[in-house]
Formats: sequence, structure tokens, C-alpha cells
Amino acid sequence: MKIFQVAILLGVVALLWGLNFFFEENINPYILRVIINCGIGMILAMSLNLVNGCAGQFSLGHAGFMGVGAYMSATITTVLNLSPFFQTDLGVGCAIVTGGIAAAIAGYLVGLPSLRLKGDYLAIVTLGFGEIIRICFLNIESVGGARGLSGIPPKSNFFWVYLWVVITFVALLRLLRSSYGRAILSVRENEIAAESMGIDISRYKIVAFVVSSFFAGIAGGLFAHLQSFIDPNSFVFNKSIEAVIMVVIGGMGSLSGAIFGGIIVSLLPELLRVFEQYRMVIFPLILIILMLVRPMGLLGHKEIWEIFRKKASS
Amino acid sequence: MILLKTMTPRAFLAFGILAIFLNFGCVKKEGGSLSSSANVPTGNEIWVGEYGSMTGSESTFGVSTHKGILMALDEVNKAGGINGKKIQLKSYDDQGQAAEAVTIITKLITQDKVSLILGEVASSRSIAAGTVAQQYKIPMVSPSSTNPKVTQVGDYIFRVCFIDPFQGSVMAKFAINNLKLKKAAIFRDIKADYSVGLANFFVDEYKKMGGEIVADVSYSGGDMDFKSQLTSIKGKNPDVLFIPGYYTEVGLVARQARELGLKAVLLGGDGWDSEKLTEIGGDAVVGGYFSNHYSHEDKSPVVQNFVAQFKARYGEVPSGLAAQGYDAAMVAVDAMKRATEMSPKAFREALAQTKNFQGVTGMITINEERNAVKPAVVLKVVGPQKFSYITTINP
Repeated sequence: MKIFQVAILLGVVALLWGLNFFFEENINPYILRVIINCGIGMILAMSLNLVNGCAGQFSLGHAGFMGVGAYMSATITTVLNLSPFFQTDLGVGCAIVTGGIAAAIAGYLVGLPSLRLKGDYLAIVTLGFGEIIRICFLNIESVGGARGLSGIPPKSNFFWVYLWVVITFVALLRLLRSSYGRAILSVRENEIAAESMGIDISRYKIVAFVVSSFFAGIAGGLFAHLQSFIDPNSFVFNKSIEAVIMVVIGGMGSLSGAIFGGIIVSLLPELLRVFEQYRMVIFPLILIILMLVRPMGLLGHKEIWEIFRKKASS
Repeated sequence: MILLKTMTPRAFLAFGILAIFLNFGCVKKEGGSLSSSANVPTGNEIWVGEYGSMTGSESTFGVSTHKGILMALDEVNKAGGINGKKIQLKSYDDQGQAAEAVTIITKLITQDKVSLILGEVASSRSIAAGTVAQQYKIPMVSPSSTNPKVTQVGDYIFRVCFIDPFQGSVMAKFAINNLKLKKAAIFRDIKADYSVGLANFFVDEYKKMGGEIVADVSYSGGDMDFKSQLTSIKGKNPDVLFIPGYYTEVGLVARQARELGLKAVLLGGDGWDSEKLTEIGGDAVVGGYFSNHYSHEDKSPVVQNFVAQFKARYGEVPSGLAAQGYDAAMVAVDAMKRATEMSPKAFREALAQTKNFQGVTGMITINEERNAVKPAVVLKVVGPQKFSYITTINP
């Protein structure tokens, strides 16, 4: 079994590596960038799905954690100027993981007091925290303040972003299938019932929140090293809303749904560029229609393979 | 892992072989994928790209600039274009987001194959997108990004506005030559690059011209109470008080200065340019002077002609951003006309050699740092939301 898993890992890495070269040579850089943006969108959507979809807690501060990851990793690679190592692919990778850890710590600190709240109140508190984090960056001069931070090594390519998409997907899938995941799901279904079964609700809420923040931080780090420029404006409230839309479109609680949501929300605005100024009118219109047709999101609570299996068996 | 479990190891072997195949299958293209040879205009058209904030919270900036650019290019095309080639404009909206700006400038360069890019008002987005333009070696002309860092991105990035600190020397010249006042105090926002840059240039120029700086104190943006600093300034009895800040603080400073009985003439930069200035400062700011890029009240025929045409086309008085959008397009057109051949590289060379180009916002010369050397106008605050044109100061 071990060997089998290693083979899978190597196969996926080799495939991504090959695709990376193939795309860089044969695909228009703009289209490639859109594909990479979709990848970052997927990571964001999958991570938020854990809190909003699986744990049933409504968080509106996801952009804040993305910002923490972006600023932390960019600080390591760009501002601190520690060693040339942090200009290499591997160094940037380390910086991005550090950014994820920083975001997880921020998630823990934010989650501890706020997860005692429920529903709308939690949404407002997380929204507030997201804005506080952003305004902190706005006022820290050493990371550029309102001017933004430029000159970040542009190391995020197809390979790195999609490797993280795979890691996020597998990690979250394994988490959801573990006892932790079951506990998290039970919190969503009925807190009182879960508690009476001996589940420490606030602990599992925080677990979900911290893991979600970690991957949001990773998405932020990848984003920073893709754009090679970040400013506090990149992590406004709208970005959090975007992540929520991804989750809702895909289906709350469905990991594969979040992937579809991430793709749709990242891709549609680019496809709609032909409509110029009306783009931002048509985009929400499509979202509204989608919500009217599929109120539970594209996949609902289910995963895509569950749907296919059912069809095959019936 | 159901998905993965259903796959046999053979499938993964196939994956691996496919991956290796892909690796070898792609032959490196000549010149690498980053060459801009594809962006050489062919046929009877030259494609020019524009990106700006047409929607979002800063949409007025983008829309004004767009109107100016559109009017300029229409004029050029009506007059026969560039050596018989018509200019086609491709413009995209970046919603005021740096990430969007980076994506669409990539689109403009690699998909629409534009040979030159006009854009963006906000310095942060100009820096972000400029990095891409520099990477692909496509010249970019910013109409109104004043932060010094914008053109430091690389040798393909230009601007047709002056940089922030230049306004400091303009106001120093104005104080000495026009107002004949030789004792100045500085009150700078220590947290803002913009303010510190303006203050430093003011001090240098003022001293060079024989003025005396009697006080140089600072505040932090966001402060509400400035009385202690103003009291110390009052003790030095200056003729002018230079406050290179933004309108919110300037209004408060002006009020408190007058309350303390400070009589000095107030001077400032384009951070004053807002309707809010007189709303916050009231009568205290009336009589103050500040520098700006352009004034539609300027009596010179170039400006009046532009204003008349703009009014006829859009039914409104052109803002400074529209004038600068117009100038950015015109400077680019002028460079394309002078270029030795039709290629982004030649356009860059020609842009770098721009000298004494008569634009709406003044004579524009591009210096070796790819910044515009051009005059600034000085406006006087005459009443609630009313600024009147006083003079033009040459560099």
C-alpha cells in the first residue's frame, strides 16, 4: 500500500511538471495565467468550504487570512532579504508554507473568541477581523503600506499552484473522512446532538477554522508570488465575498463542488470581458440564475463521484 | 481516495509516460516565449492597449482618463493616423484591483498583441502592471501616476506627469518669485512618502533661492490635534506655512492655525485638490495656494481649445485626469510618428527622446529617468469649493 501511494504521488508530480512545461511553451501566457488563477480560486474555495460548508460556521473573513499568508511569505522573500535561497523555487515554497502557518496562527487567535458566536454574529465578527488584518497591513510602512509591496519573485507557476491544489484536496478529503471530519460534520448538523454525544464543539470548530486559515494563507502566498505585487486593496471584503460565492455556487460542504465554484468564479469574469462595462452586471445575473436553478449549489452536499456512482448503480 | 483507488498502477505508469512525452514533445520556441516580436504592428492598424478603473470605487479616475485618450486617438485617426496607419484602442477595466490589472495587461500584450500601453492613474496598479510590460518589453505610458517608484520599474515605463516631489520645488519658487516671502515653516506628514518628498524638495529649492526655513515640524496622518506643533511654529513667525499633506489634515491644520492667530500664507500640493478641502477647512484655507497638474481656467489657447472640444464631445468640463489621458495618448502618438520603425522597441526609443512636446498640461520633456519634466500650475483657494488659476511655474 505504501509503495502504491508513493507511486501515485510521483505520478501526479510528474504529470503536473510535464503539463507545466507543455503549457508554458504552447499556451498563451494570458490563458495560462487565468488557469493558474483558477487554481488559486480552487484552494480558496476548498479551504473556506471546510468552515462554511462542513462545519456550518459562516465566516466572512477569508480574505484576511489570505492576506496574512501573502504578506508573511512576501515579507520573507522580499522585505527581509535573508539569503538568496529565498529567491529560489524551494525557498519561495518554504516562505509560502510559513505564510500558511502564520495564517493558521491568526486563524487560531481570531477563532478562539469569535467561534463562541453563531450565525450572523459570527459572520460580522469574522468580517471585522478580516478588515482589521487588512488595515494593519495598510499601516505597516515596512511592507509598503497603501503603496503595496512590489518586486516579489514571480515563482508561482502552474506546477506549484496545482501541486498545492492537489495537496489541499487530498488533505481536506482525508480530514473529512477521519474522526475529526465526522466530528466537524456533526457540529454542522446539530450542535446540541453533537455535544450530547461527547464532542467538544468549540474544539472542532477551531480545528476547522485553523486548517481553513492555513490553506487560505497558502493561497495568499501563491497569489503574492504569482502577481509579484500585493497591496492591502487585494484583500478587501469583496475578496471574502468572492470566496463565499465560490463555496455557495459549488454546493456547501462539497469538496469537489468547491473546486467547480473556484473555477466558475475565477473564469467567468474573464470570459465575460467581451461585454466590457456590462461585465459586472452580467456576472451577478448568471450567479442569480444559477442559484435559482440550483439553490443547493452545483453539487449540493454531495461529492461529484457520489453522484456518478449513484447514476451508474441505478 | 475512491477516485484514486479505482485507478490501477498501470494508469499511473501511463500518466508518467505522458508527462515525459509532454516534456520532450515541446520544442523551445525561437527567442523564447517572452519576445515581443509578435507585437510589431502589421497591416494598416496599430493596436494600442489601455487599462484603467472603469468600474469600482475609483471609476471616475478611469473613466475621465479613458475619455481623454479616446478623444486624442480619434483626432489622430481623423487626421490620417500615423503614416497612414490607423490607431485601434483596446481598453479593459481593472475594477481598481492590482491583480486584475496584472491579468489584463498580460492579455493586452500576449493576446491582443498591442504595441504600446496607456494606463493607469493609481501608482500601485501602474507598478504592478508595469512589471509585466517591462518583462515583455512593451512601452507603457502612465498618464497620472505620480509616485517616483513607477518609472523605476524599468526602461519601458514612462509617464507624462511630474513626480510628487517636484511640486515641492514648484511651491518654493512660487513663494519666493511670486509672493516674495522669504521666511517659511514646514509642516509635514511624517508617515506619508508623498508629504516627506514634497517637503524635502521645498526645503532644498527654497534655501537655494535665498529663503530661510524657520521651522520644520511634523505630524502623523490621521492626527486631529496640531496645536502644540502650530504654537511652536507661531513662535518663529514665518511668512508662509507649507503643508504638503492631504486635504483632511490640511483643513484641520488650517483651522487650528487661524485659531492660534498664525497669519502665514498657506501653501500645499495636489493633495489639497478636493471639494472636501473647504468643507473641512472653512474660511481658514481661503487664500491658500497649491500646485496642480492642470487648470481648465488656464488662458493659453492650447488649453482653451482642448476644453472647448472636450465640452462639445462629452458635455462636461475636462478634469485634470482627462487632460493627462489626452496628453499621454498624444505623447505616445508623437513617439510613434518619430519612431524609426514600427516596433515596440523603436517606440520606446522615440518615447525616451520626447522633447518639448506641447501638450494640454504644458511642454513635456521626458528625462533620463523616464519622468516628464513639465510645468505645474498654481491655484488659489478663493471660496467654498472654488479654486482659481494663478500662474504656471516652469521647471
